[in-house]
Amino acid sequence: MNKLELQKKANEVRKGIITAVHSAKAGHPGGSLSAADIFTYLYFEEMNIDPKDPKKADRDRFVLSKGHTAPGLYSALANRGYFPVEDLKTLRHLGSYLQGHPCMQETPGVDMSSGSLGQGISAAVGMALAAKMDGKDFRVYTLLGDGEIQEGQVWEASMFAGHRKLDNLVVVVDNNGLQIDGKVEDVCSPYPIDKKFEAFNFHVINIDGNDFDQLDNAFKEARSTKGMPTAIICKTVKGKGVSYMENNAGWHGKAPNDEEYKTAMADLLKISEELGGAN
Amino acid sequence: MADVKKIATRESYGNALAECGADFPNLVVLDADLAGATKTGVFQKAFPDRHIDCGIAECNMTGIAAGLATCGKIPFISSFAMFAAGRNFEQVRNSIGYPHLNVKIGATHAGITVGEDGATHQCNEDVALMRTIPGMTVIVPSDDIEAKAAVRAAIEKEGPVYLRFGRAAVPVINDRPDYQFEIGKGVLLKEGSDVTIVASGITVASALDAAGMLAEDGISAEVINIHTIKPLDEGLIIASARKTGKVVTVEEHSVIGGLGSAVCDCLSEKCPTPVLKLGMQDVFGESGPAAALVEKYGLDGKGIYAKVKEVVKA
Repeated sequence: MNKLELQKKANEVRKGIITAVHSAKAGHPGGSLSAADIFTYLYFEEMNIDPKDPKKADRDRFVLSKGHTAPGLYSALANRGYFPVEDLKTLRHLGSYLQGHPCMQETPGVDMSSGSLGQGISAAVGMALAAKMDGKDFRVYTLLGDGEIQEGQVWEASMFAGHRKLDNLVVVVDNNGLQIDGKVEDVCSPYPIDKKFEAFNFHVINIDGNDFDQLDNAFKEARSTKGMPTAIICKTVKGKGVSYMENNAGWHGKAPNDEEYKTAMADLLKISEELGGAN
Repeated sequence: MADVKKIATRESYGNALAECGADFPNLVVLDADLAGATKTGVFQKAFPDRHIDCGIAECNMTGIAAGLATCGKIPFISSFAMFAAGRNFEQVRNSIGYPHLNVKIGATHAGITVGEDGATHQCNEDVALMRTIPGMTVIVPSDDIEAKAAVRAAIEKEGPVYLRFGRAAVPVINDRPDYQFEIGKGVLLKEGSDVTIVASGITVASALDAAGMLAEDGISAEVINIHTIKPLDEGLIIASARKTGKVVTVEEHSVIGGLGSAVCDCLSEKCPTPVLKLGMQDVFGESGPAAALVEKYGLDGKGIYAKVKEVVKA
């Protein structure tokens, strides 16, 4: 996909996020929207996957370590064809296969159950290790929040990944700067994030995670990096695309009401028009 | 009984893994800097490419095992019970239990027979923790033969399994030609009519000793080895409780949440029967030689004998 197509797709993913969270009357729109371009790039450009064969043995794997942004993952999966976009409206409803946090047994395309912060990255490391042990060339991607990396297990996993030189592993950090209690640097600063991953023997790339040119370059650089895992630190805007949610910690884990939903969808429709219509 | 063969079930664990390595090419073993103590070093020596030392980071080890399992491996994570089940509880619950991944947890150094290291390392709560996780199988083998059989059975069973092993050498009590191990199936070791003693792990040997002493006093004790705490062999326990009307449970574990609680859960619903729970009575352990601790906390033959006698007389 070219940049414009990716931008259009990401906007559709964002519409799916808002629709899902509004229907659920609960969920996490802020971090789903900040990472929407990352989800879109991974599922529409980067990863070797087949929506018709979600369990294909040699597929690339994705673990959403920041599992609360499941609406972003689900919307990307639905738009990619794993299941109907219409079903996003069942998010968090009783009996739905779209649980509040990712469940690998319920949802096609979900490679690992996650949501308890700090744990997903370890599973991703295990998958990357399995590929190395079996001489397979699939790649493993995991997305972490910048608040999540306050969890100690993240650094246990990073130490191991660096030690084992897992160059088939890409750790993406969604650095939207906000967590539930406020700015990450005020709550318990994780900065400098890049230096920390470097110290754990990662190749580190800093980018604007809402810019597809930079995402494209970074993931290509990761692919060509040998002998060490890559961490891509993505500066993003929390709530990206919805005017009143942008850079507002209050929208970390809250659903828009009917009025707010209309405003959000109008914002996204405007972006669609600016991009020359949906695709 | 002087020359009874003794072996620690952690030794059995390491040996069984090494023996199964060739039969199960997907079997991999993970350690957290304790391969020497958990005895998985035996496997490491035989299959170095399939042994993964994660360093002192049990929670990460658990997640790595989960990731390996999603790719078709059969990982065993090895550590002391305190860390494998205690420190790790939420990782086991969310990264292994919830997705029902095919990870086995080999927990060694369980209970007070850790001995001299003392209370910080004597895990008397692991069975309680693991038993609450939906879909988790919990096995507490009583000796070398049972421990080895349990390892193989765990490999052959799809899904998460918690295996509890001890540090101290314990008597081999299952060395008989007709011994068979089946997950979820208790073993009636001695028939009796006055009281039922339900034991697990290292206390099975103590229970048999106690039954011998009780027999000298004319008390007929039935002894049941419950090696699988979950799923529990309810049929065997209910039938025995109906016959004797009195039940004593014995475990090297807290009386809160372990074998005793599992037996009470079953009997209170399906066959109300008085039950006395022997084990750690809501206290921490302490430093000391394993045998001295077992005696102090009443889990040797004599201690069990005295308590069962009180129950029968009551």
